[in-house]
Amino acid sequence: MTSALDRYSEICGPDVIDQLRQLVAPLKGAKVIHVNSTRKGGGVAEILAKLVPLKRELGIDVSWEVIEGNADFFKCTKGFHNALQGNKVEIPRSLLENYENTNRNNAEGLRDRLEEADIVFIHDPQPAPLLKYCSNRKGKWFWRCHIDASKPYRPVWKYLRSFVAGYDASIFSLAAFAQPLPHIEYLIAPSIDPLSEKNLELDRSEVDSVVSNLGVDLERPVMTQVSRFDIFKDPVGVIQAYRLTKKFIPTLQLILAGGEAADDPEAMTVLDEVRTAANNDPDIHIMLLPPDAHRSINAIQRASDIVLQKSLKEGFGLTVTEAMWKGKPVIGGDTGGIRIQVVNHQTGFLVNTPEGAALRARYLLFHTELLQEMGEKARSFVRENFLLTRHLREYLTIMVSLLHGRGDRIELR
Amino acid sequence: MPKEKITRGPFEIKDCALAAAATGHKAQNLKELRDSIESVMPGSIAYHFWAGKLRPRFDDPEFNNDFAAWSRHALHDKVLAERLGMIDPTSFDRLEDMKQELLDIIEERLDESEHIPWTSSDQQFHFITSQIVVFSSHRTIIDPKELVSLVPEMTSSSIFYHFIDARTRTFGHLDDFRAWLYGFEEKYRDLCDILSSLDPFFSTLPELRQQLSLIFTDYFGEKR
Repeated sequence: MTSALDRYSEICGPDVIDQLRQLVAPLKGAKVIHVNSTRKGGGVAEILAKLVPLKRELGIDVSWEVIEGNADFFKCTKGFHNALQGNKVEIPRSLLENYENTNRNNAEGLRDRLEEADIVFIHDPQPAPLLKYCSNRKGKWFWRCHIDASKPYRPVWKYLRSFVAGYDASIFSLAAFAQPLPHIEYLIAPSIDPLSEKNLELDRSEVDSVVSNLGVDLERPVMTQVSRFDIFKDPVGVIQAYRLTKKFIPTLQLILAGGEAADDPEAMTVLDEVRTAANNDPDIHIMLLPPDAHRSINAIQRASDIVLQKSLKEGFGLTVTEAMWKGKPVIGGDTGGIRIQVVNHQTGFLVNTPEGAALRARYLLFHTELLQEMGEKARSFVRENFLLTRHLREYLTIMVSLLHGRGDRIELR
Repeated sequence: MPKEKITRGPFEIKDCALAAAATGHKAQNLKELRDSIESVMPGSIAYHFWAGKLRPRFDDPEFNNDFAAWSRHALHDKVLAERLGMIDPTSFDRLEDMKQELLDIIEERLDESEHIPWTSSDQQFHFITSQIVVFSSHRTIIDPKELVSLVPEMTSSSIFYHFIDARTRTFGHLDDFRAWLYGFEEKYRDLCDILSSLDPFFSTLPELRQQLSLIFTDYFGEKR
């Protein structure tokens, strides 16, 4: 049977995999644990679902734990998420107490394993207090922040900071997202998995079948935004951009496809706003997809002429990476990690308004040969920079870095 | 860091990976850039000159360091960008000297400016530093002719280590290929001259690998 590493070798090249095998040598046998708050839905769970088995195949003793919480816990952590992205969110004391109690209860079941681990990665604010409840820890603990925390709502950050300051290191996606902390702050951009259901190659017939079953006319142009129904993804702004574009291209269709996520209780409220804005337009296709609809999302992205990610705030924007990997130029919000992926006139366009998005959509739909050329550049850019193998290499590098102490240079023997 | 001496012996192929880290220093205008350069750790200055090759990038490297690129694209100061873009990091034996050169150029520009050049809050310059993790690829060559088959198989990061990073750790700021070939005394001096004309700053790492490969193929092809 072909191993996962062999399959990545076919896409990324054997040298990339050889490099991983060499880099992992000093970590062989190390006990590593990742902890987050959901096993399905959202970019973090998707990345962990791939990174963990690959680390295992490389010889690291790695496991993935998921903490459990009630509805109030996720209401609270969704508030943290919005607050870290700059929204003024007042979180009631009762929710904060529930948040801490939930972590204390989860720590009861995880403590032995966490305290014994050589390296622990705690993802995002949900499980951040676990460190506080593992006072006999022997390993190094990383807090991995996947959120754009460049301008957090200060009272909430001040509260969370008290939990994350005690970690040995933190990891942010971009330097601009990092907040001052009393430890080293590593930088790792996220990645996509080219072999996942969401990104693997699909037959044209499968793409056509999936999309036509959703009621989309394959003979007419399609623009799409795939993302959670979240105010920071600006789905209503996307509808405005579609309407402005449709004045010039009347055959245009819009797909707004969002996945459900167990830890996102606000999605339904935003979805209602989106339905109101769509006003029963038969060419606007709003789809609330289950967390495992990866193949459908893959088909929708491949069937689209243009992909939008008109976020007002964005951590990194993995849906941008996914679309670019499928050879689609992306019209993206001029924010966060979208900026390091979308290069104006090369891999897509950065925009600040629905008007800007509409202008660029018209431009691309008019210059179809350019649309194709930019799509090819986008795919090549992702291959070089944003595949899972690069992400894994950087995780291994920071693990070696933290275990081997400071200094500008570490020479492995 | 002690500089590595030229030695004649086997050439061990190494590879590397960077662990990048935020320093917390940032600048939104030229004066803040100046102040941060003065106070940031020297490793961060080196990062913004050398490590760009290993970072995600798409555009052709118009400038060979991040300070020049930021001056051009965020501050829109073409004059400053041109001056900073001409700093050659290989001409300084100590990072402190390079830092001083940066400060001199920026201070000169501040003296010339009626207003301090400024950019928006979302275009700030964030100072990054890094730790380089070096590991063996378990390949060694003895005969320089083996470079013909070796170089095309090297990873981009191995090219970075031997052709770019080497300049920060060898006497005379040589790449590792020349540092090794000089160990054969006069025998490969002409090849070293060809290698010295290959500017590392204006090509991507895959392009550098291709150019190096062509140089070795042409050279050893002719000599056979």
